[in-house]
Amino acid sequence: MFRRLPDHNAETIRFTFDGAPLAARRGDTVAAALLANGIATCRATPAKGTARGPYCLMGVCFECLVTIDGTGNRQGCLVALEEGMRIETQAGARRAVAP
Amino acid sequence: MNRIDAAAALAPRYDLVVIGAGPAGQSAAITAAALGITTLVVDENLAPGGQIHRGITTTPVTDRAVLGEDYWRGLPIAERFLASGADYAPAAKLFSLLPSGDEPGRHAEIELGVSIAGQARPVFAGQVIVATGAMERPFPIPGWTLPGVLTAGAAQIALKAHGLVPEGRVVLAGTGPLLLLVAAQLRAAGATIAAVLDTTPSANRAGAARHLLDFLRSPYLAKGLALLARARGGPRRIAGVTAMRAEGEDRLRAVTFTAGGGEQRIEADVLLLHQGVVPNTTISNAIGCDHHWDPLQFCWVPKRDSWLASSIEDVAIAGDGGGIAGADCAAESGTLAAIGAAHRLGRIDQATRDAMAAPVRAALEKLGRGRAFLDALYRPAEGFRIPAGNDTIICRCEEITAGQVRDAVAGGATGPNQLKAFLRCGMGPCQGRLCNLTVTEIVAAERGISPEQAGTYRLRPPFKPVTVAEIASLPQTNAAVKAVVRY
Repeated sequence: MFRRLPDHNAETIRFTFDGAPLAARRGDTVAAALLANGIATCRATPAKGTARGPYCLMGVCFECLVTIDGTGNRQGCLVALEEGMRIETQAGARRAVAP
Repeated sequence: MNRIDAAAALAPRYDLVVIGAGPAGQSAAITAAALGITTLVVDENLAPGGQIHRGITTTPVTDRAVLGEDYWRGLPIAERFLASGADYAPAAKLFSLLPSGDEPGRHAEIELGVSIAGQARPVFAGQVIVATGAMERPFPIPGWTLPGVLTAGAAQIALKAHGLVPEGRVVLAGTGPLLLLVAAQLRAAGATIAAVLDTTPSANRAGAARHLLDFLRSPYLAKGLALLARARGGPRRIAGVTAMRAEGEDRLRAVTFTAGGGEQRIEADVLLLHQGVVPNTTISNAIGCDHHWDPLQFCWVPKRDSWLASSIEDVAIAGDGGGIAGADCAAESGTLAAIGAAHRLGRIDQATRDAMAAPVRAALEKLGRGRAFLDALYRPAEGFRIPAGNDTIICRCEEITAGQVRDAVAGGATGPNQLKAFLRCGMGPCQGRLCNLTVTEIVAAERGISPEQAGTYRLRPPFKPVTVAEIASLPQTNAAVKAVVRY
């Protein structure tokens, strides 16, 4: 959905999204890394299960909520991408205990 | 600057805590640290600059022409901030701010809850400056929740901070100088902009005309002319857009809109919405600051005195979070707020304070000139603030429509706080950030009262989601442990 400017030469970072191996750059937030990999949808709402993706990228809309390394409701646009991060779609409401 | 990457590295107490590292927060810290005031800057972003100068020290966009000189004016501020004596906690989450102390009617300190890398700590402060800036005004149209629809500011952040450019057919829609700037920046970065849909009401021109003389004598004239020159030869601009919806099932496919009396449809991969910015009042609301409704900019603005102090003792509000005035004014207002805080801390006497503030006030006076013209010219249309259609979602989190709000008001809900109980609107993860203005205006319109009378959501800490583990990581006093532990 977003492409990178050609002169961008930061270090490559590897991570997974719903199990699929992907790559982005050092300095990316989780939300930016998803957008750069063509991923527009990162969660389904708890209310009606509709698809949502990053909207404001500045921490106010809470649309880019994802599960990162097992912790849900993380704001993807505020978390720096780290090597080996396990990022997952959030479907519906969070559970008190992981299934 | 002493960079803090772990909660344990925070000092237990600072003379001054500044919330936000945009132009206002950084300027406040520069001034305070130079006066020998122990200062902590807490910011949720990864690097200084706020949103306007987002990624100013880290941006991969090295061609200065792409983002333009106004962006790069943030670099000397960041350099001075990073060279200052302040403590700086980036990627930090501020989740609470409460007066603390035992004396009735007079609190001794302010207690802040700060979490860094999953560990929370209380921090005490003599003075606090809230510099949390602006956010883009909500733009409730049918389909604005579809993946592929973002704010124009989001695309600008992606470009500034990450060197990312939207792919495919990009449509920008709305009103205001930022919309034109983002269009020019994205074009310079190589994006394919299919169209710019201009929703500026044509009647605005008459209202703006009486402020024209001030505008012509202001620094905004040169900025405006430069922006128009950048926009020349740019993408197709369609004026007079009066209705608009984003279409698609699981993601955006097209934008349909009304202009010139007819309906048109443009296929689109990315839709970028923008109709101005408003103060981000989440924290000022949650800590109980008094606000008033600005009838010209259709938003809540915290009440402040001439030193930018809020109605809550020892808390000042600097920058766009106290009223939209732009980055240059924000930097000056941060300096002014820090001078005021230094006096309240007893570090400078009244004469020194007033002498230090005089050139800052003069700069603010000069920089503020011409703003009224822009505000009047780019007043957002009523139809894009208060959706005419009942099916339009206004609370994105809980998926509550304008029609549901109208029905609840007809059924007796008197204001935004009762609507929470009726509908849960404003109670999702964003805590009303993206719907509070719309809900206030719908209630006011339905009940025939003013937005001021309709009021807004009463917010409370935590300002951001915190995990139980973060709360549990807070150090406990022996008394607190004894109160709940049985032996």
